[in-house]
Amino acid sequence: MSSHNQDTTVAQTTQEARMGEGVDDRFNSKLREAFGSSPFILTKFDNFMNWVRGSSMFMLQFGIACCSIEMMHTYAVKHDLDRFGAGVPRASPRQADVIIVPGTIVSKFAPRMKRVYDQMPEPKFVVSMGSCTCSGGPFQEGYNVLKGAEEVIPCDIHIPGCPPRPEALVYGIAKLQERIANGESSPVTVKPYELEQFGDLEQDELVQHLADQIDEEDLVMRYNWAESQ
Amino acid sequence: MSLEAPEPATQADVGVTDDGLDYDTLEALLGDVVIDRETHLNAEAFVVQPDRVVDALSVLKNKAGFDHLSCVTAQEYEDRYESIYHLKKFDDPTQEVSVVVPTSVHDPTSQSAESVFRTADWHEREAYDLVGIEYDDHPDLRRILLPETWQGHPLRLDADQEQPQVVPLREHANPLQEDHPGGSDTMFLNIGPHHPATHGVLHLKTTLNGEQVADVESDIGYLHRCEEQMCQQGTYRHQIMPYPDRWDYISAGMLNEWAYARTAEDLADIEVPEYAQVIRTMSAELCRIASHLLALGTFALDIYGDFTAIFMYSIRDREVVQDILEDLTGQRLMFNYFRLGGVAWDLPEPREQFFEKTRDFLDELPSRLEEYHNLVTGNEVLQMRSVDTGVIEPEVAKNYGCTGPVARGSGIDYDLRRDDPYGYYEELDWDVVTEDGCDNFSRLLVRLREVEESGKIIDQCLNLLEEWPEDERTIQSNVPRTIKPDPDTEIYRAVEGAKGELGIYIRSDGTDKPGRFKIRSPCFSNLQSLPEMAEGEFIPDLIAALGSLDIVLGEVDR
Ligand code: SF4
Repeated sequence: MSSHNQDTTVAQTTQEARMGEGVDDRFNSKLREAFGSSPFILTKFDNFMNWVRGSSMFMLQFGIACCSIEMMHTYAVKHDLDRFGAGVPRASPRQADVIIVPGTIVSKFAPRMKRVYDQMPEPKFVVSMGSCTCSGGPFQEGYNVLKGAEEVIPCDIHIPGCPPRPEALVYGIAKLQERIANGESSPVTVKPYELEQFGDLEQDELVQHLADQIDEEDLVMRYNWAESQ
Repeated sequence: MSLEAPEPATQADVGVTDDGLDYDTLEALLGDVVIDRETHLNAEAFVVQPDRVVDALSVLKNKAGFDHLSCVTAQEYEDRYESIYHLKKFDDPTQEVSVVVPTSVHDPTSQSAESVFRTADWHEREAYDLVGIEYDDHPDLRRILLPETWQGHPLRLDADQEQPQVVPLREHANPLQEDHPGGSDTMFLNIGPHHPATHGVLHLKTTLNGEQVADVESDIGYLHRCEEQMCQQGTYRHQIMPYPDRWDYISAGMLNEWAYARTAEDLADIEVPEYAQVIRTMSAELCRIASHLLALGTFALDIYGDFTAIFMYSIRDREVVQDILEDLTGQRLMFNYFRLGGVAWDLPEPREQFFEKTRDFLDELPSRLEEYHNLVTGNEVLQMRSVDTGVIEPEVAKNYGCTGPVARGSGIDYDLRRDDPYGYYEELDWDVVTEDGCDNFSRLLVRLREVEESGKIIDQCLNLLEEWPEDERTIQSNVPRTIKPDPDTEIYRAVEGAKGELGIYIRSDGTDKPGRFKIRSPCFSNLQSLPEMAEGEFIPDLIAALGSLDIVLGEVDR
């Protein structure tokens, strides 16, 4: 957001001129101070949209494991995530912008989570909360456990911790908001499972190799993509 | 018992003597069913033929009063498979007996116990799923925790834990496709696994007749994160303790840690100093309060859909408890505070400040509870919704192996803290809470009244701790660096967790890691009884019944 970088003293004088003598700046808002007396802002529409987007985010009400207890505490009194313009858990993925993935993802749940993610409208953002969603965490060696949410859906922010404190979650989400406001909207990452949807990719050997492995119907949830190259 | 047995008093006492159970009498009662006897640390075990399981269990249940099938453990040895049925009495859980059923390696098939104990249904499905033992005459032997397409049985000795598995995307078929199956006038409805009312990742397949629930089947396993495998890979001394925190993660960490501590301490014969026991008791009860408060908040959330008042109130009180626990342990949720032989460290300095903070919370508790009673239990709307819905009769609850507030809400006077004492509970003055309503309301009431009792316990512990002489504050006994219990020692021990009887079976194999580590989760058994509560009720009552069961999926699926 760029705005008039007006000298505050000038703004003060203009304000005085407009509001008359004797009114102190007790009722003056920061925003007014920043904008000066001008009722207009000149900015790019994109910038404006990014700013709006980052300032009002709807979270998906989505709990998986232990981390979701701390997530609930972050939503509720004391930490109150809503103060930062990102709270209001929505029960339906179709109404949400952000999905916090709070917990261990196992083979049986991964396809369901992918589906919930697919149901969210663009642009959508993913916060992976806790070590489990970053890497599998304490259960990394488990036969049934995915080594992180990123094997299924692309993540924007990782918040390590087991569980991360609510403060950490607030910080992570604030960072995400900051990034969104700065125009770093969700990167279009081609995830292996999306290769077929991205059929206009140059069909080099690697793409071919990976695409061959995917059946339209089946999703290989426990596949180590990194090493399959 | 009294329903089917004409003279319950005499029959239930077979083999009971003044100094414990006389297993010879029991063996005589069982007759030729028994082919061998084993000694486990907690009880004697009778070995029976794989095709005589029903005989053995029904004699023990109907003639000797062992009416509680606490757990079924399955495991593989080099030369055989084995299912162990851990039996107890609801009247006196210190009276235990185990039934061991060995089967051959080539054909691991034994008779199902489902016809004697309903709870065996899920336990045997789990055994089939993870270890691969087949049960004859089981009504519905399918995988329960792992996806249907899973290859192999992961807890077998030769299982490759790294083997890639295919979980098909077609599993997430459109749920509405299956509406009105076969053109009948019932409707099929999926609830979950991602649904605000399921308290986590639980999938309920419900069949509706109008708005009435005709059938409900829980599909679990969406959070099966291999807890047993993790514990079997960890060393007794330090590596296992962090995991119990993550079974029942609703702040009930210490209660779970205690389950492991108790089992391992009995297994390796470790003493715990009295001072540490008092700290354990205090911290465990703080956890119970936090856990019950969340149960209350989410139950109100389910009934009223009210995210603003009651839920926030209970979270606010939980924050206070969590602060106290953080002062004590350094963590808000995953405490990892117990150690074998004691606790990790003493109360935080300055002690006065800690006492004051905890006392402030306790002083405030009665008025908070009064407020909850005004808001929740005294509220006519909630009473209309929860009284006489989700009814489960005590006999049925016992058959399903329900424990904890669910059992106590059905008038079953069963609390391991009193009946199978551990820690410092015996020395303290408190009561076991029961309610006779058998419905959703009773279960809620039991939890609220238990919070009160926990407050009493904590208060007495604080008094003790305050006056404890400074030079006797031993927080840990001397424990060897590596613990290696004798090979083939087997033990099953349980504690009263927040949701009920949380048991652990450990078989040592002579190394510093357990050979088999099996968790008996109270939620697993409690959840199995959901159809009994919900069938014939309306959908909102199904949701209320689920809320009043207070399950946590981390513990159901493990
Ligand atoms: S990171 Fe830790 S607290 Fe979070 S879900 Fe995983 S095990 Fe639970």
